[in-house]
Order: sequence, then C-alpha cells, then structure tokens
Amino acid sequence: MPGQFETSRRSFLGLLAAGGGAAALQVPQAQAQMRATHARIVIIGAGAAGTALANRLVRRLEGAQITIIDPRVEHHYQPGLSLVAAGLKPARYVVSQTSDWLPDGVSLRAERVVAVDPVAQSVTTDAGAQLDYDFLVVAPGLILDHDAIDGFSLDMVGQNGIGALYGGPQCAARTWDAAARFVEEGGRAVFTRPATEMKCAGAPLKHSFLIDDLLRRAGNRGAAELAYIVPQTSLFGVPIVSEKVRMLFDDRGVNSIFQRTLTSVDADRKIATFRDQDGGLHDEAYDYLHVIPPQRAPDFVVQSGLSWADRWTDQGWVACDPATLRHNSYPNIWALGDVAGVPKGKTAASVKWQVPVVEDHLIAAIDGREGTATYDGYTSCPLITRIGRAMLVEFDYHNNLVPSFPGMIAPLEELWISWLMKEVALKATYNAMLRGMA
Amino acid sequence: MKELTLETLIAVFQEMFGAGLFWALVAAALLITAGWIYVLFRDRSLGMRQFLIAQLFMPLGAVLAVWFVMAMTDSRLSDIGGPVDLIVVLGIAGLGAVGGAILVYTTERLFFRKATPPA
Ligand SMILES: Cc1cc2nc3c(=O)[nH]c(=O)nc-3n(C[C@H](O)[C@H](O)[C@H](O)COP(=O)(O)OP(=O)(O)OC[C@H]3O[C@@H](n4cnc5c(N)ncnc54)[C@H](O)[C@@H]3O)c2cc1C
Repeated sequence: MPGQFETSRRSFLGLLAAGGGAAALQVPQAQAQMRATHARIVIIGAGAAGTALANRLVRRLEGAQITIIDPRVEHHYQPGLSLVAAGLKPARYVVSQTSDWLPDGVSLRAERVVAVDPVAQSVTTDAGAQLDYDFLVVAPGLILDHDAIDGFSLDMVGQNGIGALYGGPQCAARTWDAAARFVEEGGRAVFTRPATEMKCAGAPLKHSFLIDDLLRRAGNRGAAELAYIVPQTSLFGVPIVSEKVRMLFDDRGVNSIFQRTLTSVDADRKIATFRDQDGGLHDEAYDYLHVIPPQRAPDFVVQSGLSWADRWTDQGWVACDPATLRHNSYPNIWALGDVAGVPKGKTAASVKWQVPVVEDHLIAAIDGREGTATYDGYTSCPLITRIGRAMLVEFDYHNNLVPSFPGMIAPLEELWISWLMKEVALKATYNAMLRGMA
Repeated sequence: MKELTLETLIAVFQEMFGAGLFWALVAAALLITAGWIYVLFRDRSLGMRQFLIAQLFMPLGAVLAVWFVMAMTDSRLSDIGGPVDLIVVLGIAGLGAVGGAILVYTTERLFFRKATPPA
C-alpha cells in the first residue's frame, strides 16, 4: 500500500514541476515579442472577433494607438442563445458588458461606424467623428434582416407560436415562452433558415432537435409534427454531416422540405408562406414557427466599396483573401469574423482561428515584412441532438472534417462529452478567447 | 480547439468557475494533498484503520462526483453515448472516490488521531 502512495505522490510532484516548467517557458517568450510602434490601428466592432484581437494586440505592441469602435454597451455570448431558447439557461447567461472585456491601452468609442474611406484611410462614425488609421480591421459581424420577411417583426416573438432566437437574449427568452407552450400543447412546428449565408448554420438544426427532445420528455411527441423547411438542397453545407443529420432526422421523425424560402408570415391565421425555386408560393400552417432571417454585411461595408463585386452581391461580405483575410484591394485592411467574405467560418470557433492570423499579418505589416500564418476555413459547431448529447462537428474550406480530438471524440457520434463541450467548456473557451488567452 | 496548452486550460477553467472559485478549489485541493503528504511523512506508516474507513467512503465519493457533474450539466446517465463518455464518467467517479478517500483519511489522521491510534 505505501508503494501506491509513493507513486501517486511522485506523479503529483511531477505534474507540479511540469506546470511550473511550462509557465516558466511561456513568460519570456511573450515578452520577447513586444514591438515598439506608433501605428494607429482601428478595429470596427467589439464583438467576439474585435475584442479577441484587441486583447492580443496590446500584448504585442508598445505605443500603438488602438481604437475599437462599437455602439453596443452589452456583449452577447451568442452560442448560448440556443440554450436560452430551450429553457436551459436564463437570458442573462449570454449578457455581459462590452467594456468588461477590453484591456487597458485600448480606447473604446461607443459609436457606430457609418463610412470607411479606404483611400484616405479614415473611418467616420455616427457622432460625426473622423478617425485616421494606418491599419484597419473590419469586424462588425452581420445584420439580421428581419424586415425581409413580410408581416414579421421582432416584437411578435413569444406570442402566437412565433420564435426567433437569433434576435438576441430577450428574443431567445421569448422564443422559449412560445416553444414551451408548443411543447405542452403539440401541433405542427415549422423550422426555417435563410437563403443567404448565416452564422452558425447548425443553430436551426439544434433548435429542431431540442424541441423534439423536449416534446419527448413531456410525453407529447405523438401530438406533434415537425417540419424543417429550407431554401437549400441539403441539411448542412458539409456533405458528410448533412447525411448524418438526414439519418438523425429520419430517426426523430422530422420531415425535411428543400428549396423553399420563407417570404412572409400571417400571424393571425398562423400561416407561413414559402417561395420555391420557380417562384411558386406555398402556404404552411404552423402552431410553432421558428424564424431565422436573411443575413448580410452592415450597409457601411457595401457603401464604402469593401465588398466583393462578383460574389454574394446581395449580401455584401468583405472581399478578402480566404487564407489571410487581407482585403483584396487595400493591403492595410483585414476582415475578421462573420463579415469576412469567405466560404465558411461564420462561428465564434472560426474567430478563434482567424484572430492569430490577422494578428500575425498586421504585426508583420508594422515590421514591413509578410506574415506567414494562414486560415484554412476552420469552423466548428457542437451540434446538439438532444439535451445531454451533441456531435462535435469541425470542418474546413474543403468540406473535410478536422476533429480536434481524433480517435477520441468521434465527430459524427452523438456523445455526452460533446454536450459537455457545448454546455460547460464552450463559454469558458469563448471568454478565454475574448481575453486573448485561447 | 487550436492549441491545448496548460495556460489555455487554466484560462478555460478559470472562466468556467470564475477566477475566485477556481483558485479556491485549487487551493483546497493543494491543501488537502499537502495535509495528506504531511500525515504520511509524520506518521511514516499508514493508519490501517483510518485507511479502511477512508476506503469505505470511496463509493460515496464516486457517486457524489458523478451526480454533481450530471446535475450541473442538465445530463442523465442515459446520455452516455460511446466509449469516450464511459471513460469520462469512470474518470469522474475515480476522481470522486480517490478525492473522497484522501479527504476522509487526512481529516481522520489530522484531527482524530489520538482517539484512534494507528493499527
Ligand atoms: C443562435 C446562434 C448560435 C451560435 N452558436 C455558435 C456555436 O455553437 N459555436 C460557435 O462557434 N459560434 C456560434 N455562433 C456564432 C458566433 O456567435 C459568431 O460567429 C461570432 O459572434 C462572430 O463574431 P463577430 O465579432 O464577427 O460578430 P459579433 O460577435 O456579432 O460582434 C460584432 C460587433 O460589431 C458591432 N457593430 C456592428 N455594426 C457596427 C458598426 N457599424 N460600427 C461599429 N460596430 C458595429 C456590433 O455591435 C457587435 O458588438 C452562434 C450565433 C448565433 C446567433
């Protein structure tokens, strides 16, 4: 018996030593990378992307003038909205203050950017201020275009069986009000997604799976019909994931209808109208309707000539190199986060991989060299398939699966550990990312 | 996940529990471990009687640890979906069992030693 204690004592001490060693190695390295500069860096948007980058830049630059512009006082941890809309977390779970996450040495302007002049290198805000920059990072996320759906507005959410969890913390909580009533009463649920690119393409699926599970737990699944009606021709952009979801939908009894785009809602009659690819209109009766609106870049991006001219012309994403996120025409501008005009990557997990790349190229530009880091489209989404289980789906630009824990956490298995990732580890990792620590 | 260094892990755990609670938990774990190492060195032998009692608490520690994690994460045992999940549950149970036993043993030896001399 004492022998056993010996071993564990030794390994415990070993762990401590290893920890101390790792910490000792990391500190001098971080200090060695400090640069002295007078560069003026402007970051538009203090969401996931802008905040994470600001925190990393202050640690690498000495004397730089870093300004971050964002009118929103509250910071929203958006991946938590799916949990709020299923009654698993309160609205405050996703809310913090923008200023809580920003380091000393970065000045926050609570204003909205209305224009960028990439030739004169200046940014104009709604307060009339004009800020000159040497380097610009465009990270304002995206716009949810609720007006694009006739008869729909966010104040309808929570009543008459209407949910819209993308609308923010309060909308997600009211979505749960409507969903909870549906779970009790049963009927027909209709889940939608927009024809445009969207952030977290897994979210509409998660919501459908969660409502299915909640109905089963309430003993009410037999009294409900679930329909997933979308403009796309498959359930997910990555074919191998799409096939897996198709099998799960078969198993859960969710009907999929493809190539139908939600165009209008008649809340009094509880009818949602969809357009097919030939322009024909189809009425769908619902007792619960979940709306996700079309998504586009903020207007100033398009108006300032930063968007792609020949791609996503109705959506306006920033024209940038998919590997470096550097603007195609203006080498001192980068796009970061949801606004970037790249094929995948509209998740917070992508932001985590994009931030070090922009950091590398920006600092290289200050030094007058070329950066070397590249982004290969890493996108991830713990796809909840019921309360307590999820699939840890991770992929890149090439539709390859890129599991973080190969051989350990199978990407296409419904696992408890993947649920733990979403429910426990994701917010912690997200917060650590905001602080520039992950 | 991009890189999993000790630094990242600590940052993530700190966010999970809040910095205060996290370091308090680390301090508690270190304190209990230090107490345990202290009594091991001090007594230069294992108190067999206390060790037996401590072992009796192992199943309780295991069950409590699993129950705690399940309750904190809206999960049920039926959510176990694959081998890795089973490993995680067993790991949590193992930690609970060993942690519980060390806690009970150390408490007994530190505070009730006179009442129950080593066997
Ligand atoms: C329901 C839902 C579920 C999700 N689930 C996941 C998930 O499970 N995993 C995952 O990794 N990701 C998930 N995401 C996606 C993730 O939240 C986003 O990809 C991430 O927040 C993108 O960061 P961002 O900085 O680009 O945008 P945001 O975080 O949205 O921040 C943009 C900021 O820019 C500001 N801004 C906008 N316009 C202007 C302007 N004109 N001037 C100045 N500032 C401006 C805004 O106020 C905002 O603060 C989910 C998103 C939603 C909505």
